[in-house]
Parts: sequence; structure tokens; C-alpha cells
Amino acid sequence: MALKTEEMVLNMGPQHPSTHGVLRLELVIEGEIIKSVTPHIGYLHRCFEKHCEVMTYPQIIPYTDRMDYLASMCNEFGYVIAVERLMGIEVPERVEYIRVIMAELQRIASHLVAIGTYGADIGAFTPFLFCFRDREKILNLFEITCGARLLYNYIWIGGLMHDLHPDFIRLTKEFIKEFRPNLKELNDLLTFNQIFIDRTANVGILPAETAINYGITGPNLRASGVNWDLRINDPYSIYDRFDFKIPVGKGENGTVGDCWNRYYMRILEMEESLKIVEQAINQIPDGDVSSAIPKRVKPPAGQIYSRVENPRGELGYFIVSDGSVNPTRIKVRAPSFVNMVVFGELCKGHMVADVVAILGSIDIVLGEIDR
Amino acid sequence: MIYDWLYSLTGSEMIAIGVQSLLPLYLFILPFALVAVLLERKVAAHMQDRLGPMRVGYHGLLQTIADILKLLQKEDTVAADIDKKFFDLSPLLVFAGSYAAFAAIPFSGAFMGSNIDLGIIYIVAVTGLVVAGILMGGWASNNKYSLLGAMRAAAQIISFEIPTLLIVVTVIMITGTMNLYTMSEWQTGYFWNWLILGGPDFGIAKILLTPLMLMAFLIIFLSTLAEVNRTPFDIPEAESEIVAGYHTEYSGMKFAIFFLAEYANMFAISAVVSALFFGGYQSPFGYLGNLLEIGWLIPIEQFFWFTAKGVFFVLVQMWLRWTLPRFRVDQLMSFCWKYLIPISFVLLLLVGLITVL
Amino acid sequence: MKNYILKFWQILFTIMIGMKVTFRHLFIPAVTIQYPTVRPEMPERERNRLYVNMDDCIGCLQCERACPVNCIEIEIVKSIPGEDLGITSNGKKKALWVTKFDIDIAKCCYCELCVFPCPTDCIYMTDVYEFSEFERDNFIYDFVTLTPDEKEEKKKNYEEFKLKKEAEKAIAAEKKAEEEAAKKKESGTESENTTDDKPE
Repeated sequence: MALKTEEMVLNMGPQHPSTHGVLRLELVIEGEIIKSVTPHIGYLHRCFEKHCEVMTYPQIIPYTDRMDYLASMCNEFGYVIAVERLMGIEVPERVEYIRVIMAELQRIASHLVAIGTYGADIGAFTPFLFCFRDREKILNLFEITCGARLLYNYIWIGGLMHDLHPDFIRLTKEFIKEFRPNLKELNDLLTFNQIFIDRTANVGILPAETAINYGITGPNLRASGVNWDLRINDPYSIYDRFDFKIPVGKGENGTVGDCWNRYYMRILEMEESLKIVEQAINQIPDGDVSSAIPKRVKPPAGQIYSRVENPRGELGYFIVSDGSVNPTRIKVRAPSFVNMVVFGELCKGHMVADVVAILGSIDIVLGEIDR
Repeated sequence: MIYDWLYSLTGSEMIAIGVQSLLPLYLFILPFALVAVLLERKVAAHMQDRLGPMRVGYHGLLQTIADILKLLQKEDTVAADIDKKFFDLSPLLVFAGSYAAFAAIPFSGAFMGSNIDLGIIYIVAVTGLVVAGILMGGWASNNKYSLLGAMRAAAQIISFEIPTLLIVVTVIMITGTMNLYTMSEWQTGYFWNWLILGGPDFGIAKILLTPLMLMAFLIIFLSTLAEVNRTPFDIPEAESEIVAGYHTEYSGMKFAIFFLAEYANMFAISAVVSALFFGGYQSPFGYLGNLLEIGWLIPIEQFFWFTAKGVFFVLVQMWLRWTLPRFRVDQLMSFCWKYLIPISFVLLLLVGLITVL
Repeated sequence: MKNYILKFWQILFTIMIGMKVTFRHLFIPAVTIQYPTVRPEMPERERNRLYVNMDDCIGCLQCERACPVNCIEIEIVKSIPGEDLGITSNGKKKALWVTKFDIDIAKCCYCELCVFPCPTDCIYMTDVYEFSEFERDNFIYDFVTLTPDEKEEKKKNYEEFKLKKEAEKAIAAEKKAEEEAAKKKESGTESENTTDDKPE
């Protein structure tokens, strides 16, 4: 007769040190093995899409910042590109270059948070502070440009809010010089640490087929071996002028598509972003950043879906306009929302400690999931 | 020595024994635990490029006093449906288990809590009380997280006692005694007489023993680290997964007792390891008292060296904590049973062969 | 067997590398500063508390319309002709009395969208970032410089002016109607004699 064991329902509630935001996870566990996971979301819903129906197009930009608050520049970038395509505005070259620099710096900052908090979840507290120290430097760069550190309202429809600060280029070059050795130090401390590898390798394996079927995008998809990046496969803005590689998961320590691979993708992506920033800084032309900003943003009637590569995946905006100053409907395809769907399947059969590891490696932001 | 003085003072054996055994605790270990709290925060801060507590006192030196005052005046929250007897008993057991170990550790050549011949075996046995305390605390809290933490802690501590004991038996075979005082006396001289470098008897045995002793030191350091629940083995109190594990429900003074017990345990472990392998209270360079012909300076010097070695190992433990991520439970168990125990057995056999021949 | 020893060695070796990194950081000076004794340097384009210079405000309501969270509330009263409200610092003549200019700074999202449309640059962001209050109602900042009596006076003036204007208009409309009626009567009698060649 088999031993009768009971299933226990453990609630990793909305307030927990390592769910990234207010997320409630209902785990059904048997001893230490997980039978099923049900995520409950909606604790951070702020009716973004409903708000958009009563505001004008430039007024929506501060709201798009607050969706994925760790990658605000990329959110604004995506929205502004959608509206500009709808209206048919061509922005000056200088504006394009500055937008790309800001987006890539923001990508580095967002990945630093992801890596730092992932280390803290696994138990290594020191890399968290090192990542935040480097992130401070990036936020200082943003601060001298537009005055804000986290929620910028910088990328406007047709241009930018301010031009670059005169010190910006010099400070960015200094930052790039300081950041490369710090990245190597981070690798020494965390990435190739055998204990960390034991914790994250062969855990939460996401096969490429499953990832494509679920619609996963971003570093999670690339870690499973699929070579798909919107900056190369569906280029927007001036990304086709820069020379950078797309890191794809190869399963160096463990299998392709496990947590370590997803984590390692982010480290490699930071290096590639550094390359893009370096090239862009050397190539910025002169110009006027506010010459193409329209007096009144009144797109013609129509619909458009446009997408950009957020640090977390593919961020898509679907805008329906009827010719007035308020949009009729804006729908946002948030990457974390779609990535979260596969979480339940990844966790089956692993232990409670692995739930935290897998959740951290998918890298979600609740502001985006709930909007 | 102090025992005789006290006996002559009061004429009562009970008082003399009582005061003598409590003296090291209240004069040394408890203040050390208080200092260790601050030390950990400062060391962690400087490793992370920040400053740590800076406001209370000069550079934050009086921070512990503020912490103690805060914990004293905190409300002792008692959750509903807990098992009151066990809930109250658990911190006391953990505290007793950690502090009782100091009875058998020699603080200097002239002072030792109680000179029993069982020495090291007594220490290992008494630190096993901690398991009972943790299990009680986890169960009585009526909280799933605490229960998980307590179960993991019990499994971990019990498993890691085995490599500890095996290495201790290895050392006993070489030194021939279980009393820590005698062991420290046996390692007199300069630092090349310490057990980590082979022991005071010169000869082929010393050269053969040195690498084995280094290995033994490593193993016992890691296993005792697991006994005190420090990272990388701090699953019972893993902050990010189960929100402080078995001491989630404790607040105020009870939490302070858990805390102090942990730091005292850390010091006990360092003291034991240094007594076994690094000569206990012996100085590595000879005694100033011998040089200057002052007799009573020697115990003071020995006390200083004892403290120095203990604090050094405590600092190494803190250094490890802030560098490494933590193990998962099954990896921890496999590390113990598949790596540490077989290697300890092999060491036992090899050292046995060497001592016999 | 080889994997076994390799694994053990890997664990110890990577631990050593990690410890070396942390040890090196023990001697690197801290990057934090001791706020509030030492304050960080704020950049020039900082975005902190809003301020309105009422001498320059012409009451155009552009900032109120631009705000995405509706934290600015403005009420204006037209001035009667002949009143001199003064000119703003860049030469515009003011024509509206602003009787209410409330900014609820707790709602403000610091997006600076109100600063750009202002034609006289009277609303701008200052460098004050420590303005905590104990009561939430203290966060509604009132910027008008008129006293309540003056506000009543301006409103009354405008109401009277409007009534007067209406009365005049009514009289003018009556007079016009009379003239029209008289004109029609005249042309009516004339048209009886002539052929009507009004286009259809």
C-alpha cells in the first residue's frame, strides 16, 4: 500500500520578498515537490487603457512610463513610434540617435535590476548592491538630460523634450569605460560561481517549441535557442546602422533554455548594448530635436500595431484612432503578461526553492502585467 | 585558579562554581555577541561599497545599544493558535544549546569553565540541543513557512554533525585526548607546532599529516558552518523564500535571544576549530611574558590570542556569508552525504594508518 | 570519479574567486553619502515642486489643459474695458483676472507637460524637493494674489458689465426691429405698385 501523503497549499502572498511586485502565487506542494502553481494578478491594475480614451496623445506619454517602470524609455519609444507611423511624421536624424542611445542605456539599467534581484533571491546579497551602484551612474546620466531618474516623459511625439546636456557625451564615455571591468567582476562573483550554477542549471527548462507556441519573446526566447530579436528581424528606428550580435542560448552549463541560460542572456545583452551605445555616441549628427514636433497631435482615422524590443520582450501598441485628439482605444501587448503564462508549466516537478529561481529568471514586472 | 580564589572568598562550592561558569558568559561571550551584530553590519557594508550604521555614536559604534533598547521595548506579539509552552521554550533551548558549549572551551592557560575529560564530545552533544529548539519553534508557530524552515533546519543540522564528529575522532586519534585544554597544551611552541601543520612531533608523520590536516580543517569548517545555519547553508532562515523560516513569528526579546544565540554559536565554532587545529590559546611567536620574565602576563597574552583567532574565524564566516549564494536543500544534503562524509572516512582511515605506523 | 573530484574542486575554486572579489571591495571607499548632512548635487534641469509667478499669468488655461492628471484648477473672470491689469515680463498685456489657481501637488506626476505650453514662462519647476506635510489638505497650493474681497469685486464688476451690455444690446435690438418694421412698411407699399422681380 502506498504511503498517503497530503498536499499542502502554500500561499506566496502579495507581500513577499522575492515575488517581483505584488503577485500572489498559490502553490500546491507535496513535501517539497510542486504539483501546480496558480498565479493571481491584478493587484496593481490602474486602468491604463481606459485612461487613454480620455486623454490626448501627448498626455498619454507619462502614463506609458508607469507601465514597466524599470524600462520607461523603451515604453515611450514604442508608443511614440506607433503614433508617428500613424501620422506619417519623419523625425530628424539626431532625434533617432538620441532615442536609440537612451533606449539602450535603459536596457542596461533594466537588466542590472533583473540580475541584482535574481542574485538576491538566490541568496547572494552583494551583487545586488554592485548592480545598483552601476545603475546609479546610468540614472545620473538620465537625470542631467531630462531631470528625472525613473519616469522620464522624455521621448515626445515627433522629437524629444530637451536636447542632450553638453556634458552627456563625456560622461557616457566615462561610464562605458568604468562599466566593462565591473561586468567582469559581476561574472566572477555570480555568473560562474559553482553554487549559483548548481542552483539554476537544469531548472525550469523551456524547450524552443513550447516557447514559440506560448508566444514568449525577449531574452527568454533567445535562451531557448531561437534566434529572434525585433531589432534585427523587424527593424525599427536606426538599428540597422549598428553592428551588434544577438546572443542565443547554447547551454554551456546545463541544458539550453534553463534558468542559467536566461540569466546569462541578460549579461551578454548588456555587453551588446554597450557596443551600440559606443557606436551611436561616435556617430551623432547635429540638428534640432524639436523641429518635427507637431502643434496638435491629431492622427488620421485608422489603426496601427507597432512593436519594439523591450528588455523583457516584445512590447506592442495597438492604437485605434478616429481622427480626434483622443485615441479611441489603445491596447498594449505587455511582454511580462505573456511570459507569465508559461510559469505554471515550468514549475511542475521542481521544489519550492526553485519557484523563486524560475520566477526571477523570467524577469517580470507587475506594472506591466496589470497595467 | 579562579575557582580556588572564589572558594577561599566565599567558602561555598556552589557559589564558586556558579560564578566561575557564568563569568566567561557575561563578561565575554554576551558582549561579544553584541559586538558581533554591529561587526557583521559594518563588514557587510564595507564589502558592498557602502558605510553601514553611522549615526549612533562615532561611526555607528553604539548601534547595538540602540538595537537592544528597541528590541526590549517591542511588543511581544503572540499569534493565535500557537502552542504556548513550546513557543516560549524554543528560544531558551537554542540559547542554552549555544552557550553551554563554552563550558568546555579553554579561554587561556589558567581559565577553563570546567575541566572535564569529555571535552569536545560534550560540545558536539550540547550543540545538538539546538535542533530540538528549532523544531519546537517551527512547529509551535502554527505557520507553514516556519514549519518548512524548521524541518529543513533539523535535517541539515543532524546530517552535518556526522562529518564534524568524524573529523573530531580523527584529531582525537592524533592527540590522544578529548580534553580541549590538554590538546591546546600539546600544541605549545611556535606556529609550526600547530596541528594544522602536523603537530609537535617532528618526523615523517608530520610531513604526511600536513595535507591531510588541511583537508580535515576545511571539512570541519564547512560542516560547523552548516551547524550554525550560516550562508551558504542558511536555508532555515532563507530570507527570500520562506521569509525568515523558523523565527518568523518571534518578535521583541525572543527574537533577540535567537539572534544572540546565533552569534555566540559562531564564536563557539571558531573557538573549537582554532583549539583543534590552530593551537587554541597558544601564541604563534612565543610569549612576551617569557621574554620579560613576568609570569602573570602569560595568561593575559593567551587570552588575547584566543580572542584573536576566534574573531578571525568569525570574520571569515561573515566574509563567506556576503559572497556566496545559498544551496538548495537537496544539494545541501547531497553535498554532505556524498562529498563530505566519504572524504572524512577516507581521512579517518589514512590518519589512523599514519598514527599506528 | 574524475567528475567527482572536478566538481569538488570547482566549488572550492569559484568560492575562492568570489571571496577575492569581496575582499578587494573591503578597501574600496564607499559610494554612498550621508544625507541629510551631505546633499547630492541636483542637475540644472531638475523636476521638483512647481511654482507659479502670478504677475506673469495671463489666464490662458494652457497648463490646465496640458496636465494629464488634472491637478491644476483655474478660474478666470473677464475684465471690464478700461481696467489696467498691467503687462507681463515679456510684454504681453493681461486681460483676465485669475481668481483661482490651485495646484494639488500631491497629484502632480512631475512630467513637466504644463511648463512647455505657458506663453509667459510663469509656471516652472523649482529646486525644492523636501516638502512633506502632516495633513494631506496642506498639499493644495493656492497661488492667486487677490484677496477674497477683491475676487468678489472683480466678479461683481464683470456681472454688472455683462448685464449692462445685455441691456444695451436689448435696446439696440429693439430699435433695429422697429427700424426694420418701418422699412418694411415703406417698401411694402412701394412693391404693390411695381412688378415684383425677386428671384425665385
